[in-house]
Amino acid sequence: MRFTPNTDAVVQEMLESLGLQHIEELFEDIPDEVKMDRPLDLPPEMSEIELKSLLTALAARNVPAADHPCFLGAGAYDSYIPAALEQLLLRSEFYTSYTPYQPEISQGILQGIFEYQTMICQLTEMDVSNASLYDGATALAEACTLAAVHTRKKLVVVPETVHPEYKQVLETYALSGHFEPVFVPCPNGIMDLNAVSDLAKNQAAALVVQHPNFFGHLEPVGAAADLIHEAGGLLIMAVDPLSLAILKPPGAWGADIAVGEGQPLGNPLSFGGPYLGFMAVTRPLMRKIPGRIVGQTTDLEDRRGFVLTLQAREQHIRREKAGSNICSNQALNALAAAIYLTLMGPRGLKQIALRCHQLAVYAQKRLEEAGFPLLYNQPFFREFAVKTPDAGSINRRLQEQGIIGGLEIEGGMLLAFTEKRSRQDIDRLVAAFKGE
Amino acid sequence: MSMLIFEKSRRASNKMNIPPAEVEPVDVTKTIGEEYLRNGELPLPDVNEVEAVRHYTALSKRAYGVDDGFYPLGSCTMKYNPKIDEWAARLPGLAGLHPYQPLETVQGALQIMYETGQWLCEITGMDEFSLQPAAGAHGEMTGVMMIKAYHKKRGDEGRNTVLVPDSAHGTNPATANVVGYKVVEVKSDERGLVDLQDLESKLGPHIAGLMLTNPNTLGLFEENILEISRLVHESGGLLYYDGANLNAIMGMARPGDMGFDIVHVNLHKTFGTPHGGGGPGSGPVGVKQHLTELLPVPRVIPQGDQFILDYNYPDSIGKVKQFYGNFGVIVKAYTYIRALGGEGLKEASQQAVLNANYVKHHLSDEYYIPFDRLCKHEFVATAKHQMDSNKVSALDIAKSLLDYGYHPPTIYFPLIVREALMIEPPETESRERLDDFVAAMKEIAKAARENPELVKGAPHHTVVRRLDEVKAARTPVVRWEESQDA
Repeated sequence: MRFTPNTDAVVQEMLESLGLQHIEELFEDIPDEVKMDRPLDLPPEMSEIELKSLLTALAARNVPAADHPCFLGAGAYDSYIPAALEQLLLRSEFYTSYTPYQPEISQGILQGIFEYQTMICQLTEMDVSNASLYDGATALAEACTLAAVHTRKKLVVVPETVHPEYKQVLETYALSGHFEPVFVPCPNGIMDLNAVSDLAKNQAAALVVQHPNFFGHLEPVGAAADLIHEAGGLLIMAVDPLSLAILKPPGAWGADIAVGEGQPLGNPLSFGGPYLGFMAVTRPLMRKIPGRIVGQTTDLEDRRGFVLTLQAREQHIRREKAGSNICSNQALNALAAAIYLTLMGPRGLKQIALRCHQLAVYAQKRLEEAGFPLLYNQPFFREFAVKTPDAGSINRRLQEQGIIGGLEIEGGMLLAFTEKRSRQDIDRLVAAFKGE
Repeated sequence: MSMLIFEKSRRASNKMNIPPAEVEPVDVTKTIGEEYLRNGELPLPDVNEVEAVRHYTALSKRAYGVDDGFYPLGSCTMKYNPKIDEWAARLPGLAGLHPYQPLETVQGALQIMYETGQWLCEITGMDEFSLQPAAGAHGEMTGVMMIKAYHKKRGDEGRNTVLVPDSAHGTNPATANVVGYKVVEVKSDERGLVDLQDLESKLGPHIAGLMLTNPNTLGLFEENILEISRLVHESGGLLYYDGANLNAIMGMARPGDMGFDIVHVNLHKTFGTPHGGGGPGSGPVGVKQHLTELLPVPRVIPQGDQFILDYNYPDSIGKVKQFYGNFGVIVKAYTYIRALGGEGLKEASQQAVLNANYVKHHLSDEYYIPFDRLCKHEFVATAKHQMDSNKVSALDIAKSLLDYGYHPPTIYFPLIVREALMIEPPETESRERLDDFVAAMKEIAKAARENPELVKGAPHHTVVRRLDEVKAARTPVVRWEESQDA
């Protein structure tokens, strides 16, 4: 199956118009020493019918969580995706376009991003959002870089209650030398304010608070905000966007930078990507935020229009002085998030958040009654860890029943509850914990 | 004028309903606590589904994708995105997988990742790939981090500078800076290639490596690549391949055979996955054997008749992204590579190069072509003639193309060419389409002579005319506000 419309005869005519005979002549500038002298050793060309069979068979080797009761979360959530969203994303003017460098024919993309930026600001109560970053973890790493540049300090205090993969990504990005994460043990499942405070006083650029944290628990954000601000650093919050339908948003806590994983907003699980990282900041940080930003302006006839703006921050203008190298972001995933928020609306989103919370509260009670208390006795939103020495065998029992259990962590199991779960699913989960 | 979704909001018009949980109600002031709750209502737009669907459908009609027409955007390889790839990525057995599922329930997904990595090795001549980076620039960052880790591991820590050609993509110097390197530019010579003398004079014990695109951003093959490789390696540096232009050489030559140590490829360019209006992309990174231990974890490897995710590489730079990469994009590239096969990929590159040379040849009597010789998949024309005679710029020509229904080429890049129009006509464009484009470009050149004001005032037929970018940057309005006038 090929997508080259020109026939051999047309190719020949085109070559002749260039005074050439053979297509290989177009590659005479490649030295013989590096020219391939054999065909590529790849599987042979396939027809569309064969491709469909092949991909169907590969997909059939998987057991999709989205089609089974699934209690995995930990940064990726099996949320419901409305039918209208799936349909709208198939508009190929959206998905086959490039970054909107030519605003006059890209107003739809630009307006969509502008609206996305506004919705992220509405959810987070921050002043300025960018057009998205790769994912929650890289958004946090970019936030740490921003904080270090802005404060001219390097130390970033990171409680161990932050997602372990976020910590790993921070460690990798720290190879740059722009910031230095220091991880603080948190024996109670939420940050240890005393330990954090001692470190923050030591010239910290920022304190990172994931809220709800990796274990699903609510962090003492108010006290954390005070102590980092008193120490002259920035408060970076990493948040679950769905939680913001009922939880106090980062802006109201006094966060300077809010980031998070936008996947729960209408993006499929897709084995971990593509998702989107969101980032929103206070007004004073606007000209330092990484990534694309869309701004409103007017055209020659004074009509409202939208353009990529504040580009003096970016790699294609600043080159070796740019604070971030991001170019492509996750525009289509951000569009999906905006469409999702539009379709759900303010009440729908709140209902989803409440349903998740209610199911989690119900599950926690039933599990506790069955002898599986919380690993950390702290309030939670829609995810929590229970104590069990035997998470592996519980998960195997669940798998035999067609249920995908939680994430096995040290000393227990981390369980997430999306709006797709039901009381019946939870009762089966509890039964499996009891060995049934 | 197009209304914003917020201006269409009417309280209580959204009638999406969520089934109540069949469990006892909770009092969130007790389960969560008053101090943790949001005050007041969520300020999101409140519209019915029908208005939402019409809104986004209207937005789509004010956008322009490859499916709408020719998109000769240099350096971006805007080829057709096969629909079968979209179908594949949406299969529930692929799109519905949670990244932390037990490995025995995701074997098909791991097979796709493993085989994609193997095929990229074969196409580029590298030994091992990581599919983790989310985009080209992210792949570059991963690659340059490995350069840093390589020198560090050898105790060779004086290497604090990365070289990039003056024709390089902006992401190259930005990446080097982000990874903590100083950046020094290498000049291009009069033929548009890396100036070997300048390169040699800038190499030394402080140079960590050279980032190079081949063919370069002028669409020219770096003919001295083996000499460049020798010089860089003899000075102790590594050679990095920016794969933005890989579409020129598939099946014809491989960066691995040219001496490159690290490459990134852009699945959303070379391998036909759509760009989504600015992402998601995918920027897998490949390395030669001596660097495989540094690749991000986890790596997908076969073990018996299963695939596993292997984290056990102590020298790895770690993770550059959560989970394993933009899997949905990888599925599309996998499907694309399987559709074309090795011969199909080679033919794609050959015809991309033919298209570029064909358009260059037919434009050369009206437009100045600074390096008018055999090019690869793209070439740089300029508005020099039009500027000199009538002050019509590359921007004016680009805007004028909008009125002809084309997406313009990349303009003002590479930076070393004045009034650059960087044109990349991918292999999925027919001769008729190219002829029409050439005709439009010639009409614009004619208009630039006879009625330059017409061209300078373009576009005339788009939904908005030229936008005031200075105003946007000086008085930034980057979100809608309630009080704002519609």
